[in-house]
Amino acid sequence: MIISLDHYLIVAALLFIIGALGIFLNHRNMIVILMSIELMLLAANINFIAFSQYLGDLVGQIFALFVLTIAAAESAIGLAIIVVYFRNFRDIDVDDMTRMKG
Amino acid sequence: MVIIALLVVFLPLLGFLLAGIMGEKLGDHFSQGSTCGLMGIATGLAAYLFIQMGLQDKSLFIPIFTWIQVEFFEVSWGLQIDSLSLVMMSVVTLVSFMVHIYSIGYMKGDPGVARFMAYLSLFTFFMLTLVTAPNLLQMFFGWEGVGLCSYLLIGYWYDKEVANAAAIKAFLVNRIGDIGFVLGILTLFVIFGTLDFSTIFELMESHQNDTFIFLGMPVHALTLASILLFIGAMGKSAQIGLHTWLPDAMEAPTPVSALIHAATMVTAGVFLVVRLSPLLEYSIMAREFIMVVGALTAFITATIACVQNDIKRIIAYSTCSQLGYMFMAAGLSGYSASMFHLTTHAFFKALLFLGAGSVIHAMSDEQNIQKMGGIWKYVPVTYVIMWIGSLALAGIPFFSGFYSKDMIIEIDWVSHLPGSKIAFISAVLSAMLTAFYSWRLLLLTFHGIARADDAVMSHIHESPLSMLIPLVVLASGSLFSGYVFYELFVGEYTVFWGSAIFVLPQDEVIKAAHYVEGWVEWLPTIAAFLGIGIAYIFYTVAENWPQQLAASFRKIYTFLYKKWYFDELYHYLFVSPSLKLGKFLWEEGDKEAIDGLGPNGLAALSLMGGGLLCRLQTGYIYHYAFAMIIGLALMISWYWWL
Amino acid sequence: MINIASILFYIFSGILLSAAILVVTSRNTVHGVLFLILAFFNAAGLFILAHAEFLAMMLIIVYVGAVAVLFLFVVMMLNLELQSVQKIAKRYSLMGSLIGGVLAAELTLMMVSWNTSSTAFDLTTTNFSFYRNMTNTQALGSLLYTHYALIFQCAGLILFISMIGAIVLTLRHREGVKRQKIDNQIGRQANDSIQLMDIPSGSGI
Repeated sequence: MIISLDHYLIVAALLFIIGALGIFLNHRNMIVILMSIELMLLAANINFIAFSQYLGDLVGQIFALFVLTIAAAESAIGLAIIVVYFRNFRDIDVDDMTRMKG
Repeated sequence: MVIIALLVVFLPLLGFLLAGIMGEKLGDHFSQGSTCGLMGIATGLAAYLFIQMGLQDKSLFIPIFTWIQVEFFEVSWGLQIDSLSLVMMSVVTLVSFMVHIYSIGYMKGDPGVARFMAYLSLFTFFMLTLVTAPNLLQMFFGWEGVGLCSYLLIGYWYDKEVANAAAIKAFLVNRIGDIGFVLGILTLFVIFGTLDFSTIFELMESHQNDTFIFLGMPVHALTLASILLFIGAMGKSAQIGLHTWLPDAMEAPTPVSALIHAATMVTAGVFLVVRLSPLLEYSIMAREFIMVVGALTAFITATIACVQNDIKRIIAYSTCSQLGYMFMAAGLSGYSASMFHLTTHAFFKALLFLGAGSVIHAMSDEQNIQKMGGIWKYVPVTYVIMWIGSLALAGIPFFSGFYSKDMIIEIDWVSHLPGSKIAFISAVLSAMLTAFYSWRLLLLTFHGIARADDAVMSHIHESPLSMLIPLVVLASGSLFSGYVFYELFVGEYTVFWGSAIFVLPQDEVIKAAHYVEGWVEWLPTIAAFLGIGIAYIFYTVAENWPQQLAASFRKIYTFLYKKWYFDELYHYLFVSPSLKLGKFLWEEGDKEAIDGLGPNGLAALSLMGGGLLCRLQTGYIYHYAFAMIIGLALMISWYWWL
Repeated sequence: MINIASILFYIFSGILLSAAILVVTSRNTVHGVLFLILAFFNAAGLFILAHAEFLAMMLIIVYVGAVAVLFLFVVMMLNLELQSVQKIAKRYSLMGSLIGGVLAAELTLMMVSWNTSSTAFDLTTTNFSFYRNMTNTQALGSLLYTHYALIFQCAGLILFISMIGAIVLTLRHREGVKRQKIDNQIGRQANDSIQLMDIPSGSGI
């Protein structure tokens, strides 16, 4: 069948949900959380591209480019934080990161 | 004349201000001197006024200034000087002056002398305002003022808890009477549209058949007003039902008891009734009520006085009893007899109280007569004084009480009011009981063996001159005021009262009372001697009879001793439930509900909310992420539902 | 109709989704990162199917080439050990799957019940047909550097700041590391380092 906008959107939605579930269902380490975030951003990107094709508007792709940029920047910072945290605590287990407990 | 009248009323106020404001700094002598001096001047001026105006049947109205002026309702301050107010002014100023001088000696050494003298003068001012009031509102002002001063003076020794409680009790019971008073004032206002005495009295005849819707039922308006105003008088004059405050008011220093609770404040009720004589004349039921209350009071309180042991309480109940006499007379339209008895009673009752104060002073503050005895040799002047006072009280011929009390009893006999014969019987019985308990007091206090311990007996001394002079003056009043003023007040052809008292022609009992049969004239005297005789037998000859009688009639004795259980009844009916209600409202209503839901509740709620919110901050990142996802899901659901 | 595009679409999306699931659930973190790379590749394929070639290549170059490699660096550096599967707590899984199910249901429900608004096409800011004759790259370039130049600069700034941030966070001075101090090297004077001495031949210093 013809691949229409809906197919892309469903794929993006499922990908987003997988990413979201990955954030709080994982009890392993922070890296997985960061990866899940990447997945969610990827889902958003797919959305943008799909709409860009559907509406015939290039702005979608421009914006997807910026999302890409931001995702890269953010993962860099995130990983840097993890590295520093690891240096101080020798462990990046998510269950032990309760220093922000109020 | 105008200046003199104004001075009489306002000099005591000046005395209060001087002693009250500067007495603390300038010392006891200053406050005593200033108040007594000003009071003395006021007394002299009052006497002058009495001679100039009263004896010459003149009256005067002095407006001072307008107080309230709202559309057609106008009330102004002023002085109404007529024979009724002149009599009261003279009595009040004279007794107050005597009490002021007496207090110099009695309260010597007390730390608050300035306060005491100030309060006495303030009381006198209020009382004078009351008796010279030209309208009901000023009278109410004076009424409340004397109630206030009574409270202040009863609770004068404020570190005694009993005194505080007694002061509050006096004020509260007075207040209950005041409800009736205020309702009466309002009723009169609704009927007449004004509160001025002169206007009301003029319009009285035209309104005599008005009806008033009270609690949904039409009643005779003037009767309703009279009864309501009389309830106020009952509270102030300690008639049966609202009498419970007077014996407890004996916690006050003795001069206060003499002034307020014997001669002046308690007579304000009688004054009110007599002042409203035009009103009462048109309402037979009200006068019937007054007579019944008076008769009951006279008898019941006399029975209670027979078994009391505190010297001041005996005299207090005696006051209640004599006030009952006065109201009896007023109810039977014998207003002038009522005023006559008021005057003589003021003298001998103040005398008895001050004499009792002298005895207490001599016995080092002992007040129980069972602990006294055999002291007549040591306090001769006080002894003679008490004899004179008691003779006057019992109504022995030639002493003042004889004339006034006999007049009242004769009125009882000749009146056409239904039930007046019962009042007659009650009056005669009370006369016998009065004599009995007066001599009981005398014999137990002064005669017989000395029952006080040695320490007290060694200290017995006669009172200082400052206390004796007033006693002597009042004694002369008790001796002579009856004989001297008989013709003037209740003589058959007197015109002294003029327009101050109004009596309908069919109720002219005073005139009729002069023509009673002989036996009616002498019956009270016989009853008095009978009472004296019984007292002598009980307390000199056969001294174990009282104990035996008390033992065999234990229940009756206890009933009388416990004051007919009025206090207990009121406590059960009113005080206990009020206290419970107050406690409930305080603990449940105020603390639990208002405080609990209000400040405390909000604080607890904040703490709880904070605690709950605190639990959201777990520190786990995935919890936070989870929360975000949940929020996202909710937001999508929201938009989807929209 | 079955055409190659739809087959490819299904292949790409299938592998993408399963790779994503495996990213989240794999025991070895390195495997997770590798699955992430796989997912990125397949997403790039999807992009190409949607006529966004430049972006697809960007995805591979930037995401896979830089970000995923960075992930691998960090994972290697941290030297993580094998995680056990049982670490997924029972109490969260129920709630989690519930939420996930709810989200999925909502999103799919939304898919099937929505329709484009009538003004959607009028709101488009660029006209695809204008760029139909250029390559995707050229089209993006002519749009990016003209209309969206400022945003482009901002994106550059953000990258710059993130670089600074990463360096600031992780830089640490080590003691005792010998480094060249260029200033000292250049600023050395002749009379500091060389001393001429007259020595007769045959004798030592």
